[in-house]
Amino acid sequence: MKFGVVVFPGSNCDMDCFHVVKNVLRQPVKYIWHKETTLDGVDCVIIPGGFSYGDYLRCGAIARFSPLMNAVVDFAKAGGLVIGICNGFQILLESGLLPGAMLRNTNLHFICKYVYVKTENSKTAFTNLCKKNQVLKIPIAHNEGNYFIDQEGLRMLERNRQIVFRYCNQTGLVDKKFNPNGALANIAGITNRGGNVLGMMPHPERSSEGQLGSADGFLLFHSIKKWLENK
Amino acid sequence: MVKPNVYRSLGLNDEEYTKILGILGREPTPTELAMFSVEWSEHCGYPRSRNWLKLLPKKGKYETLIGEDSGGIIVDGLAIVFKMESHNHPSQVEPKQGAATGVGGIIRDIFTAGARPIASLDSLRFGPLSEPYNRYLLRGVVDGIQFYGNCLGVPTVGGEIYFDESYNGNCLVNAMSIGVAKKENLARARAKGVGNSIMYVGSSTGKDGIGGCSVLASHEFKEGEEKRPTVQIGDPFTEKCLIEATLEALATGHVVGIKDMGAAGLTCSSSEMASAGNVGIDLELERVPRREANMEAWEVMMSESQERMLVCVKKGKEKEIERIFQKWDLNAVVIGKVTKDGLVRVKDKGKVVAQIKARALTEAPIYDMPYQKPDYLDEINKLDLNKIPEPKDCNDVLLKLLAAPSLANKAWVYQQYDHMVQTNTVVLPGSDAAVLRLKGTKKAVAATTDCNSRYCFLNPYRGAQIAVAEAARNLVCSGAQPAAVTDCLNFGNPEKPDRFWQFKNCVEGITAACKFFNIPVVSGNVSFYNESPKGSINPTPTIGMIGIVEDVSKVITQYFKQKGEIIILLGISRGELGGSEYLRQIQHQVKGDCPDLDLRLEQAVQQAALKAITKGLVSSSHDCSEGGLAVALAECCISNKENLIGALIDDLPRPSVEAKALNYSTRKDALLFGESQSRIILSCPKKHVFVIKDIAAKLKVPFQAIGKTGGQSLKILDGKKTLINLPLEKMAQKWTNSLQSLITA
Repeated sequence: MKFGVVVFPGSNCDMDCFHVVKNVLRQPVKYIWHKETTLDGVDCVIIPGGFSYGDYLRCGAIARFSPLMNAVVDFAKAGGLVIGICNGFQILLESGLLPGAMLRNTNLHFICKYVYVKTENSKTAFTNLCKKNQVLKIPIAHNEGNYFIDQEGLRMLERNRQIVFRYCNQTGLVDKKFNPNGALANIAGITNRGGNVLGMMPHPERSSEGQLGSADGFLLFHSIKKWLENK
Repeated sequence: MVKPNVYRSLGLNDEEYTKILGILGREPTPTELAMFSVEWSEHCGYPRSRNWLKLLPKKGKYETLIGEDSGGIIVDGLAIVFKMESHNHPSQVEPKQGAATGVGGIIRDIFTAGARPIASLDSLRFGPLSEPYNRYLLRGVVDGIQFYGNCLGVPTVGGEIYFDESYNGNCLVNAMSIGVAKKENLARARAKGVGNSIMYVGSSTGKDGIGGCSVLASHEFKEGEEKRPTVQIGDPFTEKCLIEATLEALATGHVVGIKDMGAAGLTCSSSEMASAGNVGIDLELERVPRREANMEAWEVMMSESQERMLVCVKKGKEKEIERIFQKWDLNAVVIGKVTKDGLVRVKDKGKVVAQIKARALTEAPIYDMPYQKPDYLDEINKLDLNKIPEPKDCNDVLLKLLAAPSLANKAWVYQQYDHMVQTNTVVLPGSDAAVLRLKGTKKAVAATTDCNSRYCFLNPYRGAQIAVAEAARNLVCSGAQPAAVTDCLNFGNPEKPDRFWQFKNCVEGITAACKFFNIPVVSGNVSFYNESPKGSINPTPTIGMIGIVEDVSKVITQYFKQKGEIIILLGISRGELGGSEYLRQIQHQVKGDCPDLDLRLEQAVQQAALKAITKGLVSSSHDCSEGGLAVALAECCISNKENLIGALIDDLPRPSVEAKALNYSTRKDALLFGESQSRIILSCPKKHVFVIKDIAAKLKVPFQAIGKTGGQSLKILDGKKTLINLPLEKMAQKWTNSLQSLITA
């Protein structure tokens, strides 16, 4: 199976995702420049974190107009696996592949630190190796991770089990106290209705090797591999 | 005829103007005058410091490389390039943009050397947070660093923040960056090869930052001056693209030399590239991409617009380079060529507006500055402990020290910095040194910045030595072998003899310590004129040091790991209170001499600790510094907030016979809060104690098992008396919340 890491001007976690897929997951991976128009046979698209176009406008608002995003939207609609991390999540929201929007963190600061998230749905392509309700230690690093959606949208997300991760404490307790950025209902990551597109604020690629403080994030990459193998 | 008020307003004095007349044999054109004024400024030309900087050692344990704009060491064919630079005055005037462009500038120095930037550190100093303007400065500076560094994807992994009255009216922002390259891919900042092209790449040129280095950086602050227009504006997105495009361009092999247009912009980059390569450069200014209309030639030559670079490209390869920069939507324009006559010749619309020997610009006159020991020092160095009351409640003192802004936890700051991007940060901020793995090897780089400027104020020579010793000690505590230094020398007005005396003594102190430890100074920066109407800053020779970890799996952190382990102190506690944080915070005095430093003992203590760590015997290792033994122990207990671990110290170290003979104190405040140097706190499993003791004995290092870990409090006994007994939660709360509550007050 082949992974593609999308590179926009201003992406800065592209090399980190590439490293995990190539050297930790040991799968073929290539960079795809945002001006390309085809995905050229990849099985999973990773939209990495960073500051596409500097995030000088609303995060992800310019990146979504890159030529490659048309191919990504077609790929997702055909059921292809797409994971957007941090700025990648913001781009997926802007491009309409995922519902909702991002507001600034409630403390109005960039926040970089390890947090805990509870796996609310361990049946997805991205989490099938996680235990039910497994708590993962994964870092966040963002200015705008305060997820928002209207009440009807939230009900839909909950009904369809689209909420994959919520911020919690070490023991899995989901509470406002453990919400770093003000995200609605402690939401840290969601999928689309079909379950093949995941957006998440925490960075699994930064927690895929024990040396860096946690290898919990690797469960996501490993899950994707297993899901693709069994497809 | 150029009027004196014209050249003086550019920062040139009468003698310098006369010298320019001599060099040219005629009156300078306005453009030439502007070019001399920036190149001869203290910021670019180092006319007042160069003589002394020659003292600093350039060789050490590892192969060194000294480039034009940065330096480094070679480890197993890998070049580790690093440098620290000040952006003090811009930050004082406009904290966000001042700090942001400080970060941007130092990172450009790293990738123009052909190295990918892997980490930044920032040493910051402000006046007390009780002043609203200082709170504004801290917030703005932190905002600028996060705004720029986070966007670039270069992790900000460490540094320091100090607060002291002397920085009222003149804060310090010293930014350090580290990069890595294969040795063969390193680039130089010089032009070579007559007929080769000079290309301008990056952002377009505007009127921002004109006179930044000469008018702003090379003068004291005076009352009521408006200097904001001299500060540049940063664009980190463009710089991110510039990093990628530059590294791609260098990989083609078509780039002969490359230099950042930082301070003094086009003037500095063209004259210094020509001078370094022994060639001349012809420039055609109308080809320079502009963002503003109606710019005069001298404005184009002096602009400090950010995110621009000058590149010398092999003739015939210009298109290829242009294509790479265009891919990243960046300008890349041929604006000149290399000549053999050694002149920087600037043409604007066909007319020559400047024609100067490159060497005349880059070899600024050297001044022999008079120096004299300040007359207040002898009085200040006297410390009579009999006049200082012993504290009744040491618990209260410890809590106050943990909450003192210079010692308190800095999470409010470093959580705003992306310190994990690039996935190399093995030791996160909050330990003695940051550690970054080098992917594809077993090795890692450790980095720290250090300077206790109060020590340097009381005793510049020894204070500077201590800065070097402590930086090395911090690296050792992480498991690294200290390897090389970059220094950022911040001082007051060098034209005042007492200030220059501080500078001279600090440089001599750094030189002596670095020579003793065999650590080279591979890069650095001098920042003079750090004065406001309230006076000069403390002499602040910030030491940025990197170390090499041979086996990244052996890296350790400062906090206790589990209960039931033995706590060991390496080194001697002399009970020295001079210049201590305790004296400042609790007794409100800055007095005495700074702590003693025995370089031989320091080295032995570091060797013993490193040996124990690399043999895998040690669970935690922490340098004992500001706040003394009590604060260091508290930090060991509480700096991992997910796992607080208590300690019982039942054998409090007392001054040795030798120290008593020197009349050091055995008062309890001196024992707990005295800042004797060359001390490291280790913790280890019981079974390793004797092995470590043996290592210490072989190196003649004083060794003492002082207690053990465990429990819910930090308890320090002196014989049967309990000096300290504090619950962990209480200490953690004070230490963790203090800074944020002071900032948001």
